[in-house]
Amino acid sequence: MAVNYIYPEYEVVRNYDRCIACRVCERQCANEVHEYLPDLKKMVTDDSKCVNCHRCVALCPTRALKIVKTDHTFRENANWTGKSINEIYKQAESGGVLLSSMGNPGQYPIYFDRILLNASQVTNPSIDPLREPMETRVLLGSKVHRIERDEKGRIKKVMPPHVELSVPVMFSAMSYGSISYNAHESLARAASELGILYNTGEGGLHEDLYKYGKNTIVQVASGRFGVHKAYLNSAAAIEIKMGQGAKPGIGGHLPGAKIVGDISKTRMIPEGTDAISPAPHHDIYSIEDLRQLVFSLKEATGYTKPVIVKIAAVHNVSAIASGIARSGADIIAIDGFRGGTGAAPTRIRDHVGIPIELALASVDKRLRDEGIRNNVSIVVAGSIRSSADVVKAVALGADAVYIGTAALIALGCHLCRSCHTGKCNWGIATQREDLVKRLNPNLGYRRLVNLITAWKHEIKEMMGGMGINSIEALRGNRLMLRGVGLNEKELEILGIKHAGE
Amino acid sequence: MREGMFRNLSGCAISGIFSRTGKRFSGKLIVDSMTVMHERSNGLGGGFAGYGIYPEYKDFYAFHIFYDSYAAKKDCEEFLEKHFDIINLSKIPTRKVPQIKDEPLIWRYFLTPLPTKLASSQLDEREFVVKCVFRINTTIKGAYVFSSGKNMGVFKAMGYPEDVGRFYRLEEYEGYCFTGHGRYPTNTPGWWGGAHPFALLDYSVVHNGEISSYDANRRTIEMYGYKCTLLTDTEVITYIIDYLNRKVGLTLKEVCAVIAAPFWSTIERKPQDEREELEFLRSTFDTLLITGPFSIIVGFEGGMMALNDRLKLRSMVVGEKDDMVYVASEEAAIRVIQDELDRVWSPKGGEGVIITLEKGKS
Repeated sequence: MAVNYIYPEYEVVRNYDRCIACRVCERQCANEVHEYLPDLKKMVTDDSKCVNCHRCVALCPTRALKIVKTDHTFRENANWTGKSINEIYKQAESGGVLLSSMGNPGQYPIYFDRILLNASQVTNPSIDPLREPMETRVLLGSKVHRIERDEKGRIKKVMPPHVELSVPVMFSAMSYGSISYNAHESLARAASELGILYNTGEGGLHEDLYKYGKNTIVQVASGRFGVHKAYLNSAAAIEIKMGQGAKPGIGGHLPGAKIVGDISKTRMIPEGTDAISPAPHHDIYSIEDLRQLVFSLKEATGYTKPVIVKIAAVHNVSAIASGIARSGADIIAIDGFRGGTGAAPTRIRDHVGIPIELALASVDKRLRDEGIRNNVSIVVAGSIRSSADVVKAVALGADAVYIGTAALIALGCHLCRSCHTGKCNWGIATQREDLVKRLNPNLGYRRLVNLITAWKHEIKEMMGGMGINSIEALRGNRLMLRGVGLNEKELEILGIKHAGE
Repeated sequence: MREGMFRNLSGCAISGIFSRTGKRFSGKLIVDSMTVMHERSNGLGGGFAGYGIYPEYKDFYAFHIFYDSYAAKKDCEEFLEKHFDIINLSKIPTRKVPQIKDEPLIWRYFLTPLPTKLASSQLDEREFVVKCVFRINTTIKGAYVFSSGKNMGVFKAMGYPEDVGRFYRLEEYEGYCFTGHGRYPTNTPGWWGGAHPFALLDYSVVHNGEISSYDANRRTIEMYGYKCTLLTDTEVITYIIDYLNRKVGLTLKEVCAVIAAPFWSTIERKPQDEREELEFLRSTFDTLLITGPFSIIVGFEGGMMALNDRLKLRSMVVGEKDDMVYVASEEAAIRVIQDELDRVWSPKGGEGVIITLEKGKS
């Protein structure tokens, strides 16, 4: 009979010379790793409960703690790794689907790291953003090249509805429920101060946050939680969520235990019931159905707000995007396979979908080939890690990007990838009151503002180096990119040349 | 390697002369103006455009075509006969100049679309002509249409502009407007088609600069049926102007507000009406904004427009004397042909100077 024991992946190392047994670590750890033994006047740890979130390490006043990867090992095997073996043990024990959180951590190519940017030398001048205007403002929405004039010959200034961003970065959909109220408030206030948008996710919008409506995208997902007329009309834009990069093709499940108090009210479902988002929208089985939902939402909001359709990057993403661009949508959001999640089946997260760089390049090209690129704006997500990724995404053809994980890291997330346990020690992916209050929105929003402000400076520096002083002149400007270490096919799909060419 | 197979960056000299009253003057003036700016070129391309030069054929499209071979000429003429009435054809007269070598066959045709062909294409006449030009330039090997407007013509070659002017006997042409270009490419173009002006219908563009928005502009304009085969800034700028002015229907002033749009911070300070219009133009045509240094002179039927990039990263001066307007990269290039000017000024970045014939003059 097998014994169900898995040696912990990480070990908590305590330097007893430094430990003063102040018990901060014990109080801070929702996973109950640390324990004080009064008889011995000593702290002890249970490594098996540790998720490696660094909460105790960060708050230890004497720097007595660190977390290390264990050197405990199976017999070496390139095929049967320790991870594979342990996962089989877990499933043999539980009979269940493996769950994971945050983005795909696997060893797949990261194309952003294989792309390099250009700079001006001699034949045209680079531009110093500290001395010259450098524009990062973006308008998202449909741009129709049609001019109508009034009887005096003046242009009629009618544009389809759009949203304006001071910098082409938005906070991507994370629902109230999957993250805490304080995290939501931080995102909303930061978006408002920055002149960008955040996204409610599918959990509805807490009534206290309606005041940030001008900077809010409200989501309509397959569960339709919290969707009503006031919700739709409170926002700057409406997003129909068809898919998510971390789990293309499947729905979502927020356990009843988390459906308490305001979350239940906001989602408009009874306390304690599971919030299940079906895999498809059951009123959308094809593209013509999507068109109907797009126009239903436009009808409900008097054609004043752009509608975003968000899809996961899957194999035939360009054909799907082309269909969406003709369905009345104003903006297409594409979420790559590295995109984050509060919980997803591990196998789906790690094996379904394609890299966002390739999806973006092929969608942008397809829409141009068909002459409909200006019908829609393109927003990409999963995973944008830095301002350099933003610049590369824009040069590949994106109008703007969504960031989720990067925003959470700014709020304190340490990427321990244990959101699905609901015991986030940093107060982000949890609803436990004692944990939620660890995230102070007054400080949280400031850190988000700092992050985007820093990125904006960096984006301007990179643009200036290329001699570009407005972000729209960078969009789809693939001559500004070169690949390194990519094969012919990859370069062809990305539509870029190799370095040295 | 020849132009179109690689992106060739260039510095340049440009000049333009325009008579508001439509008084015709000799092409010698523009050659003299360009000669002063010899140092701004490196002998790898020069050219001119003249307007009002074919009054006797003013109702017909004048095609100027380079041929690499007689076979290419035969193929191209077959195509022309199928689509147009050829009113007249001839070699473009040239004179031997030691500095100009390896000339292709250079022919000129005065054409009018065959009514049956035009009707069955369901296109307007100008669009029909554009389609034919693209067909020849992309499918007939060794043939290249480098001028296709009415009552105007482009003359260009590998060499310094003053030599190119003598080669084409430019002094023998008279028109109400001439523009000139001397090129300083970083690579050898290897081909006469790469010289400037670049022209489509009666639009011709001479340009000095290197635009940093090139690929964003190219990929946008190619959505609307244009094919960028030369990979030069001038080509893409010409197509953008043709698209916005002829196809979308923007005025040239509005075109300037798109391609050299004011900064958002400037737009915000404008009175409401103007602000809304500028916002509309900039937002709607956002990917046709041109960034990076440029000064351009656009010739078109009955007019000329000079424009700098919005930071004014290239020099450009305008001078006026009576009905004459002069534009050039350097003031010296104006002074050499007209030293007594009523007014000389440097237009601001993004401020288009649009000059047209007075009413009833042509």
